[in-house]
Amino acid sequence: MILAGSNRRLHSVHRNSGLAVAGLAADGRQIVSRAKSEAANYEKVYGEPMPVKELADRVASYVHLCTLYWWLRPFGCGVILGGYDRDGPQLYMIEPSGLSYKYFGAALGKGRQAAKTEIEKLKLSELTCREGIVEVAKIIYGVHDEAKDKSFELELSWVCEESNRQHEKVPSDLLEQAK
Amino acid sequence: ATPPSPAPAEPRSSSDERNQSRINPSRESMDASAAAAGGGDGTQRTLNPYVTGNSVIAMKYKDGVIMACDTGASYGSTLRYKSVERIKEVGKHSLIGGSGEFSDFQEILRYLDELTLNDHMWDDGNSLGPKEIHAYLTRVMYNRRNKFDPLWNSLVLGGVKKGPKGDEKYLGMVNMIGTHFEENHIATGFGNHMAIPILRGEWREDMTFEEAVKLIEKCLLVLLYRDRSSINKFQIAKITTEGSTIYPPYALKTNWGFAAFENPSKGAVGTW
Repeated sequence: MILAGSNRRLHSVHRNSGLAVAGLAADGRQIVSRAKSEAANYEKVYGEPMPVKELADRVASYVHLCTLYWWLRPFGCGVILGGYDRDGPQLYMIEPSGLSYKYFGAALGKGRQAAKTEIEKLKLSELTCREGIVEVAKIIYGVHDEAKDKSFELELSWVCEESNRQHEKVPSDLLEQAK
Repeated sequence: ATPPSPAPAEPRSSSDERNQSRINPSRESMDASAAAAGGGDGTQRTLNPYVTGNSVIAMKYKDGVIMACDTGASYGSTLRYKSVERIKEVGKHSLIGGSGEFSDFQEILRYLDELTLNDHMWDDGNSLGPKEIHAYLTRVMYNRRNKFDPLWNSLVLGGVKKGPKGDEKYLGMVNMIGTHFEENHIATGFGNHMAIPILRGEWREDMTFEEAVKLIEKCLLVLLYRDRSSINKFQIAKITTEGSTIYPPYALKTNWGFAAFENPSKGAVGTW
């Protein structure tokens, strides 16, 4: 019943990095907004795009902040931050507690246990981005329980050499192939 | 340096100061009036441009918009910088050309970069077209002018974007006081006086790219001959629905072989 493309869960934070949100979408918007302004401010001050590690740190601090005071409630969502900077592509996951680690593979949400097991089976060091999106789509479809969960729409984005190190939605023909 | 003495014809921000400076043109009142003109807190704003870019000429043609300028930036009367790119792409659909204070142009490019980045991150299938960017720049320029802190530029904004009636070409201009308009051909700076008459006479709807380049080169040549601050190194840029192209700089052939230039001192006694 949902209009395709209306429930956006992948957001660009800057030209070279993007955020995926799992959990309360409204809380997710807040985190994305903060990440965007951090990234824009960094570039304004330092003249170069924000390194992914720095951005992950800032987002984690912000999420953690909301666990420190009794009058603030913690964020009801986790985010996965992926970006490409001078040190190559990097993946970070920030949980509602403010915990942030760098990962080779990460999963959030209802089916994350099963998804993580599937990711561990992959040989990540040998996977190209093109092959990767097929694998990732397979995992999402695999984890989705036909009986219990409602129908869904797949959203894929990437940051890689092929996309010129820019964060963008995967081109629709590749998306169709992956499905 | 002492601030310029207040002449009675000079505009003042309030009649109080006018009376004060007429009755008592003391150093304090001169400083006060300069401060009031600058922002009320004793600081001064942009009063003079320093590094300035020359004219920009642009016009619509069959496939889109073509824009050209020279690649020089002057420091007063010195032709200081000779490889300055004064036409830049903005988003997917527009080109901006700037004449006037070059640092202000760079600042405007920064504003536009922020604007287009945010637009790009929305990723909603729509992007800012030339008309929207022109409107944005008009607001920026006019509001800065009202704060007595202008961005000392004349900007030319051109582009093509798909609209309800198909591909719509757009070409407009904003200057430092916020005057803005849309037209089939635009020229800034000296181009206003030298290129516009040529364009008004010879521009036609739906020129091909080659015809448009020829007409623009004609205007650029006139400016090269007659405008003291232009240099013989030009860049042409075009924008169509396919995208924009900024061509590498090149020089025009000039002709100085006129009989009157040979033996210039022939008829003049006492000259060398």
